[in-house]
Amino acid sequence: MLDKTLTATAVVAALADGMTVGIGGWGARRKPMALVRAILRSALKDLTVVSYGGPDVGMLCAAGKVKKLIYGFVSLDVIPVEPWFRRAREAGTVEARELDEGLLQWGLRAAAMRLPFLPTPVGLASDVMSMNPEFRTVRSPYPDDTLLLAMPALRLDAALIHVDRADRLGNVQTLGPDPYFDEQFARAAERTFASCEELCERLDHTHGNDARMNLVERSYISGVVPASYGAHPTSNPPAYGWDLEHLKAYTALAAAASGWEQYTRSFLAEDEAQYLERVGGATRLAGLPLPVF
Amino acid sequence: MGADYSLAELLIVAASEAWRDNGELLASGIGVVPRLGASLAKLTHSPELMLTDAEAFLVEEPVPIGARGEYRPQFSGYMPFARVFDCVWGGRRHVMISPLQIDRFGQTNLSAIGGFARPKVQMLGMRGLPGNSISHPNSMFVPAHSPRVFVAGEVDVVGGVGYNPKRWPPGASTAHLDLRYIITDLCVMDFGGRDHAIRVRSLHPGVTLAQVRAATGFALEAEETPPSTVAPTPEQLAIIRRLDPHELRAGVLKGNPPAGDARAAPS
Repeated sequence: MLDKTLTATAVVAALADGMTVGIGGWGARRKPMALVRAILRSALKDLTVVSYGGPDVGMLCAAGKVKKLIYGFVSLDVIPVEPWFRRAREAGTVEARELDEGLLQWGLRAAAMRLPFLPTPVGLASDVMSMNPEFRTVRSPYPDDTLLLAMPALRLDAALIHVDRADRLGNVQTLGPDPYFDEQFARAAERTFASCEELCERLDHTHGNDARMNLVERSYISGVVPASYGAHPTSNPPAYGWDLEHLKAYTALAAAASGWEQYTRSFLAEDEAQYLERVGGATRLAGLPLPVF
Repeated sequence: MGADYSLAELLIVAASEAWRDNGELLASGIGVVPRLGASLAKLTHSPELMLTDAEAFLVEEPVPIGARGEYRPQFSGYMPFARVFDCVWGGRRHVMISPLQIDRFGQTNLSAIGGFARPKVQMLGMRGLPGNSISHPNSMFVPAHSPRVFVAGEVDVVGGVGYNPKRWPPGASTAHLDLRYIITDLCVMDFGGRDHAIRVRSLHPGVTLAQVRAATGFALEAEETPPSTVAPTPEQLAIIRRLDPHELRAGVLKGNPPAGDARAAPS
């Protein structure tokens, strides 16, 4: 029988310098942060990161892991602009490709369907075209003859997502109200690695009634990594909210010259068990209130 | 002359007018004033509008802003981000946001100040502006009307597209480009001028046209004496106060002035 269980370290070992990595979640919501932290602790570098960005993008920028960013926004939700992303952009240390949020999804869908591009009017007449000089347009072959952007496929070498439950076969379930675009990230990627709050033997035996919460079929999941509170400091509703106190401390450090060294020293630690202790332990994290919108 | 309602409350009522006679579409008000405006529209003149709980579900009763106490929203439908994107590209949405910059063509910027290549200030990014603006009706809320928002020339980064012929390549369709209203702390404007030029529709009590022009980085069209922005009714004020029990609207405008207070001329 399949057993896709991996450690976070093994996931990082499956990645290579220069890869294009997609990261699921949205802003400060259900980001695969345990896997991101494993990258932060590694020697991996020169990544192209595709994300509806939050602290995943900010931390990878701060740690010098990013060569190129492809994003629609990078935000901590209640802290509107991700502070470390802002710092990297203003310092000019990362190459940036900004997209409309819907275009990002469209590029993932093209990759998922093994198409070179998908057409859309979105992006025309905006600076999306000047920020992405490689983008080309096409004419509709039908009588309307409309000019459209040929949004190129965003092919990912790997995608990282965080889910509530996974089983050893690679079945995944997420219980929050919004699946975001994790499904599209997985379909666009050669391999997808999912960290999970809870690893089960067989979801069909224990949680079959929640099969509707299955994000994407298991053939797209290459590895599952047990990681309680693996989305911290982002939210993972309904289990826990984002850690605003932590996000504020992280934001304040972006104003300090050696802020990232301080963050690393204070929190990042050797592994996830140490990390969770340093950010207050499981009892505190379980009590993080869900955000009210 | 002051009034017994705040300027923010006047702006919420003005914002609600943007969604009048829109039909059965998703009314997305981003921020306190736009959200209360959309909610007010649904509870008064346009019950057919669709609203979300600001997360992933549709509601028929607008959800009050802030901590909810005992209140539990009742969900009528599902609207995760993927469906929002579908509503956007399908044209069944009208959004009101607060851009950092707006130019005379209605082009908007949330991305960066000082150019994209090496921004002086990196802001949020494109977000959904290119798609929103080319797909469905868009309105704007500006809490501090000034030449820093209403810039001379073009916005630093064009996110939301507008009525700038030089930006549209031959063959691109402007069929769904539909910029509607701009609500500011000084006035209400629309795109009803010549070639969709921005035009003053009404002035808030105590505000002069000269003041609006001085606070705008480009020429505005206007009647010689624009009408006064319509005052809230007691019914509207009661709804606003119920939907904003923590008075977040009091933090939207500097000093939370009453309507009719002379606004300081912008520097």
